[in-house]
Amino acid sequence: MAVSRRQKVEATVSHECQRKRSKRPNLNDLTTDNRQRTTDRFMLPLILSLLAISGISAILALLLEVADSYLADYGEKHILLNDQKDLVVEGGRPLLFTLGEEGIFIPSACGGKGTCSYCKVKIHEGGGPVLPTETPYLSPEEVKANVRLSCQVKVKEDLKVEIPEELFLVKEYKIKVERIEDLTPEIKGLHLKILTPEEGITFKPGQYVQFEVPKYKMTSSEEYRAYSIASGSEDHRSLELVITKVPKGAVTTYVHDFLKEGEELHMTGPYGDFYLRESDRDILMIATGSGMAPMKAMLQQIEAQKIQRKTTFFFGERTKADLFYMDQLEAWEKKMPHFTFVPTLSRATEEDQWTGEKGRVTNLIEKHIDEKANIDVYICGSPAMVESCVELLTKKGTPEDRVYFDKFE
Amino acid sequence: MIEIDAGTLFFAAIFTNNILLTNFLGLCPFLAISREIRSSLGLGVAVVFVMTCTAVINYLVYYYLLLPLNLEHFRYIVFIVIIAAFVQLVEMTVERFFPALYYILGIFLPLITVNCAILGASLFLIIRKYTLIQSLAYGAGSGIGWMLAIIAVGAIREKVQKSAKLPRGLEGPALTLIITGIMALAFMAFSGMIQIQ
Repeated sequence: MAVSRRQKVEATVSHECQRKRSKRPNLNDLTTDNRQRTTDRFMLPLILSLLAISGISAILALLLEVADSYLADYGEKHILLNDQKDLVVEGGRPLLFTLGEEGIFIPSACGGKGTCSYCKVKIHEGGGPVLPTETPYLSPEEVKANVRLSCQVKVKEDLKVEIPEELFLVKEYKIKVERIEDLTPEIKGLHLKILTPEEGITFKPGQYVQFEVPKYKMTSSEEYRAYSIASGSEDHRSLELVITKVPKGAVTTYVHDFLKEGEELHMTGPYGDFYLRESDRDILMIATGSGMAPMKAMLQQIEAQKIQRKTTFFFGERTKADLFYMDQLEAWEKKMPHFTFVPTLSRATEEDQWTGEKGRVTNLIEKHIDEKANIDVYICGSPAMVESCVELLTKKGTPEDRVYFDKFE
Repeated sequence: MIEIDAGTLFFAAIFTNNILLTNFLGLCPFLAISREIRSSLGLGVAVVFVMTCTAVINYLVYYYLLLPLNLEHFRYIVFIVIIAAFVQLVEMTVERFFPALYYILGIFLPLITVNCAILGASLFLIIRKYTLIQSLAYGAGSGIGWMLAIIAVGAIREKVQKSAKLPRGLEGPALTLIITGIMALAFMAFSGMIQIQ
C-alpha cells in the first residue's frame, strides 16, 4: 500500500511538471539555443512514446503469433466426403473455406459470416455440438439430421461430411468482363467470358453463380455474392449476369461504380435447385426486377429445346424506365405462339403513357390465374413478393410442391 | 485515493456502482445476447473472467510501464490493445484445450473484445487511484455486477417472450432498454449503503 501510494504522488508530480513544461516555450522569442532545447523537449518524449507504443504492440503481436502457431495448429485432418472422397486438409479453419481450398465449393451468399444459411451441409461425425451462432438457421428436424452451417464449424478433428452430389460439379472460374450494359438506371448487365477452365461451365438454366469482386476501398477483403445466370446454357464459355444496384452493397457498388470492361475476376458455380422441371403442365413465371435473369435463361431453354408447354410470364416493375430485355421478350412472343409475356407497372407515371397492366404481380395472379389451374409456377424476386405470391397461389389451389422459387435477399 | 477496503469495494462494484446499471457501459452485447438465460450466463462468465484479468494486467502495465516512461496519456490505446490481445489469447487457449468450455463461452469472447465496460473498468481504477488489491476487487466486482444484470434481463426477456403478447414497437431492444431502466432504478436503492467514486 505504502509503495503504491508513493508512486501515485510521483505520478501526479510528473504530470504537473509535464504540463508546466509544455506551456512554457513561446515560439516567437526563441534563440537558436532555445530552439535546440525545445526540440529536445518535444522530440524526446515523442520518440520515446513512439518507441514504447510500438514496443508494446510488437510484444503483443509476437505473443499472439507464437500462440497462433502453437495453439491454432491442429495438424492434418481427414474429411470423408459422401463416403467416397477422402481429403487431407490443414485443420483449424472453418469447413466452408477448407473445402473451398480443396476445390469443393459450398454455396454461400454472405461470405462466411453466418447470416445467409446457404452453406448447410450434413456432418455425421466430428464437428462438436451445434453452436449458438447456428441455431437461428436450423429447424429441429435439421438438427436431428446433423445439418450444420459449414462456415461456423471449424475443422478441429476428422470429419464425415455429406454434401449434395451436384456440388461436385461446382468449379472455380477465371472470367473476363467483356461488356457492361446499362439495362436500366439501376440495373447493369454483365457479359462475361470464361478464361479457365477450358471447358467452361455446365449448368441448368435458372441456376446461379457466386461472383467475386476484389478488395477495394469499401471492403476489407474479397467479397462474393450470388447472381442468377441470365443467358442460355448452350454457350459454355460466355455468361450474362443482371445486377441491381443495392445502396451500400459491397459487390453491387463495385460492379456499378468501379468495374471496367476487360477486367479479370473469379466466380464459382453453378448452384441452386431453381430450374425447369419436366412435366406436361403449363408454365407460369413470375418475376420482379433482376428476378428476370433466371427467367430469361429458362425462356432461352424453352426456345432452344422447342418445349411446347403453354408459358406465361408475369413481370413486375415500378415504371417504364425500369423495364428491360423487352425487345428479346417481344421477339419470343412473336416466335413462340404458346408464350405470353405480361409486364405490369406498379407506379406508372404520366409520361410513361402505359396502356398495359397496372399494379403488382399479385394483381395479375388474381386476375388471370384460374382456381386449381394445372400449372407449374416459377417465382423469382424479393422475399416479400415471393411469399405473397406463394400464399395467393396456395389459396387458389396450386399444390405447394408445384411452386418453385428463388428469393433475392 | 479513497480509503475503502477491497471487500467493500467488491460488493460496491456489484450493487451500488454496477458498471452496467449506473454507468451504462457495455450495453451493446448486453442488448444483443440477452435473449435467453443460457447465453446470458455464457457471456456473463466471459466478461467476469476477462474484466478481472485485464483490470490486473492494465494496473501493472500502467504503474510499472506507462508511469515511469511518462506515457500515461497513452493509456487508452495501450489498454485497448492489451484487452484485444488478451481476449484473443484466451480464445485460442480455450478453443484448443477446453473444447467443452469453448462451446459454452468461447464463442462469446470475440464479442467482448471491444466491450466498453471492460475498458471502462480499467480506466476507472486508474482515475480513482485504486491499489492493486482494490483493482482486483473492483475488476471482479464489476464483472460479476455486469453478469448479474445480463442474467436478470435474460431471465425477464425469456419470461416475457413466453407469456406476453407485445406490441410490435416494443419488441427486442425497445423493451430491453425499458427493463434495464427499471432495473437501474431498483439498483439505486442500494446506493445509500456505500459510496464510491
